[in-house]
Amino acid sequence: MGYDIDYLAIAPEITVAVAAMVVLSLDLVLPRRQKYWTAIAAVLGVGFAAFPLITLAISDSGAASMFNGSYVVDDFALVLKGLFVAAGYLVLLMSVQYIESDRYYQGEYYFLVLMSILGSMVMASSRDLIVLFIGLELVSGPLFLLAGWRKGDARSNEASLKYFLLGVLSAAIMLYGMSLLYGATGEVTFDGIRAASAGMTGEPLFILAVLFVVIGFAFKVSAVPFHFWAPDTYEGAPTPITAYLSVSSKAAGFVGLLIITYRALPEASAVWGPAIWIMAVLSMTVANLTALRQQNIVRLLAYSSVAQAGFMLVPFAVAGVSNDVDALGSAFTATITYLIIYAFMNLGAFAIVIAGARRTRTGDIDGWAGFGRRSPVLGFLAAVFFFSLAGIPPLAGWYAKFVMFSSAIGGGSVWTGLLAAIAAVNAVIAFYYYARVVKTIWMDEAPDAAGVEYEPVAGSLRLALVLAAAVVFIAGFFPDVINFFSETTRLLASG
Amino acid sequence: MEWFDTWGLSLIVFLPLVGALLVVLLPREQEESHKWISLITTGIVLILSVVAAANFDFGAAKSFQYEVNESWISAIGANYHVGVDGISLPLLVLSGFVTLLSVIYSWNHWEEPRNPKAFLALMLVLLTGMNGTFVALDLVLFFIFFELVLLPMYFMIGIWGDKSERVLPVFGKTVSVRLYAAIKFFLFTLFGSAFMLLGFLALYLNSADTVAGRTFDIPALIARAPELTMLPVAGWIFAGLFLGFAVKVPMFPFHTWLPDAHTAAPTVGSVLLAAILLKLGSYGFIRIAIPILPEQAKQWAPVIAVLAVIGIIYGALACLAQTDMKRLIAFSSVGHMGFVMLGIATLTDVGINAAIIGMVAHGVITGLLFFLAGSMSHRYHTRDMDRLGGNQKLMPMLGGILAFTAMASLGLPGLAGFWGEFMALLGSYSPLDGLSLGLFRTAMVIGAVGTVLTAGYLLWMLQKVNLGEPKAEWDDQKFHDADKFELAAWVPLIVTIIAIGVYPKIVFGATTEAVEALVKTAFGG
Repeated sequence: MGYDIDYLAIAPEITVAVAAMVVLSLDLVLPRRQKYWTAIAAVLGVGFAAFPLITLAISDSGAASMFNGSYVVDDFALVLKGLFVAAGYLVLLMSVQYIESDRYYQGEYYFLVLMSILGSMVMASSRDLIVLFIGLELVSGPLFLLAGWRKGDARSNEASLKYFLLGVLSAAIMLYGMSLLYGATGEVTFDGIRAASAGMTGEPLFILAVLFVVIGFAFKVSAVPFHFWAPDTYEGAPTPITAYLSVSSKAAGFVGLLIITYRALPEASAVWGPAIWIMAVLSMTVANLTALRQQNIVRLLAYSSVAQAGFMLVPFAVAGVSNDVDALGSAFTATITYLIIYAFMNLGAFAIVIAGARRTRTGDIDGWAGFGRRSPVLGFLAAVFFFSLAGIPPLAGWYAKFVMFSSAIGGGSVWTGLLAAIAAVNAVIAFYYYARVVKTIWMDEAPDAAGVEYEPVAGSLRLALVLAAAVVFIAGFFPDVINFFSETTRLLASG
Repeated sequence: MEWFDTWGLSLIVFLPLVGALLVVLLPREQEESHKWISLITTGIVLILSVVAAANFDFGAAKSFQYEVNESWISAIGANYHVGVDGISLPLLVLSGFVTLLSVIYSWNHWEEPRNPKAFLALMLVLLTGMNGTFVALDLVLFFIFFELVLLPMYFMIGIWGDKSERVLPVFGKTVSVRLYAAIKFFLFTLFGSAFMLLGFLALYLNSADTVAGRTFDIPALIARAPELTMLPVAGWIFAGLFLGFAVKVPMFPFHTWLPDAHTAAPTVGSVLLAAILLKLGSYGFIRIAIPILPEQAKQWAPVIAVLAVIGIIYGALACLAQTDMKRLIAFSSVGHMGFVMLGIATLTDVGINAAIIGMVAHGVITGLLFFLAGSMSHRYHTRDMDRLGGNQKLMPMLGGILAFTAMASLGLPGLAGFWGEFMALLGSYSPLDGLSLGLFRTAMVIGAVGTVLTAGYLLWMLQKVNLGEPKAEWDDQKFHDADKFELAAWVPLIVTIIAIGVYPKIVFGATTEAVEALVKTAFGG
């Protein structure tokens, strides 16, 4: 305890921060034609962060607590940091070819992505309101800029502006909630809030505080009805950034929500439980029905990611009504498991969109007709990622859905049973639009293919595809691989 | 043969997957290698299944043999638990058998856009799914295999299916037949299996009070059936399982995907769909729903019987309204699976035995009918029965086989189709004690009327297609009668139809004891 800093424990953060600084300095000194070195430095930097993470994970040193318990490196933090590093790594790989062809501000781009990754890592370790908020803003801040990266494109500007305005609004709401929470309990640390909140569940001020904080995070995870920014921002932003928004930034939001609900406010489950129940139902249903009508593949994935957030909220809603320790623990790990699997399959889907857009030159779903005939490997991988998102065995997505359903059924009440049934119907609806993409790719007649020149898929993008596909297959056949990580996080929920 | 006891079933399940991988890795131009790999793989799988049957201890047909039980997903206590008993053994052999014949038939029958590589790879993945479902003794494992068959079939229908377009009756929209059929097939099955999964999870969570005691293991759950069936939520669980299996069978009124899918699918797709995939649903009833929740099975039996009888009559009447030969055969499956479900609904030895032999018989007979329909439309380029006619004169051998198979399908004594129908009706004369005698005997009478209607539409089809004089439009055409690949695929089926018809003990020898034990454990007495 105290203010001693355990440098080994925060070595992953330091590595990413140093990588960000290296990228920025390289950008200053390199001539324009050699800016690609910034990409290499960023990819290597994030890759290096894996080493201290693994070292920490296999050492038995236990949890490291710093700054009076405000910053804790425990198994939960390590697993989530691992996820953020892995997802960030894939996003960087997906960015290389995309950003290089635009030829401007490469160095700044990688610097901002690295800072956002750093923010999400800070969130995973945060154990008080202030660190959590700083982490969250460090995630979002760079993304406001990155969403508008394609300056010449009006939609990219719109994306950035919408994301910025709603991001600031949500931050304000959340911060207001946090200040009320502090006002009500007199504590900023989560454990302190938990202890102080025991007898407060009926107080209007406290209820308001809890709702505001939860709503703030609902914006971040783009849950209905706080999702309006997502489709426009996703469509306008550069595609690798869209992938980052829909995976890492969303996961960061979920990490915040997990810590707040399970760690800080378990006593207030009667407040946030029903609220999240409603959001889960709305997110799944509204987003799935809207996704059915989308013509643009990125907008489709945007609504898909809103719907997936709805599935991830299901276990929260169960935890909100259940008092059983087992059910609570399995709800907690269900969200983590879902988050990990979702990250890889969704990144894979976006990698396909990037690779495909270079070949089909369109984001219009109908423009993908005959794609599978022309590029069978990419077509196969597209089927893998989209059917995994739909939750079809033996691809990893089935297990994500499985644990989600399992936690819902385990809730054991009428409300959780109803939620499970709603989720089941939604899984079927969702299948329709995922299958529609695969159908277009493999079954629709190709327009005249003659004269189309194929742009090669860069090695970095290929590596990203292969890594994501490997995880989707391995986790689908041997879900224990994912359980190994998600089970170790269970401690956080039980306090 | 010690290695076979531990590895046999796993090889039967996963060898096709290895074959599929090899096919995928070889370049697309090497069509011959793709065919040979598929043939050898399915051949070995069938041989292994036959070896499993030959070494099967029929004296202990009620217990699971060649069992393997290894930890798989430790966090949820799901195991890789496989094994066969007398109920699953005939179906396991059937699936390897029909798939091998499908590969042989495919040899020179490729539907547009050809691509044998992809088609064969999908067929092999399908075989893994089917075999896996029949040997799985763990609910999670069962679920995975049950779902695994969807993807290959979806692609088979969607890519190689019927290229024409049609107008949907109610919506008035023009759709591509194959695409509509493919997605409908998938959505219907997925809808059912989503609720089936919820049922599985509820069984798991109620199987014990502590996390450590909970299990997805089917034999273990059957052992806990007395407690499980008394649960207040047991009715809901059975409803979930019912939905999953009934869609797959398919029972009326969940059958609407079937005519579309069967008609649109490429020949081999229709064959495998009819011969094996439909059985996954009825097998699920026998393996999971009835033994684990016997009380609910009793409560639902009248519902199942009524729906089964509606299916029999509705299927027959729908057949009489068809002009498309393949669609007629598709609707005939609704009727035949109605008999299977009627047998299951009686919850007696006789009825469930009837269901299993009915499943096997329907597999070989309707499989053969779809082969024939495919070969005919390949030659005539139409399936419209008003344009066909005099097939017997144009192609005597093909016509003869068609006549034979139609006879088998209408339940002629001495051929395989007879036993399932006859015993299902027999079973519904005296259903399980406690079930309404009046209802089941009425069902028997209506079912008997159904057999007459079945004979009616099959003879009507034969008359239209086979008999009479060929239409003038075929005058200048030269037709090749059945070729050697077709015969190689069909003769084994014909032999099986006769063999089961004359000597049903081929199937009953395995099933009887297992079914008796199942009924006794579930309902006592």
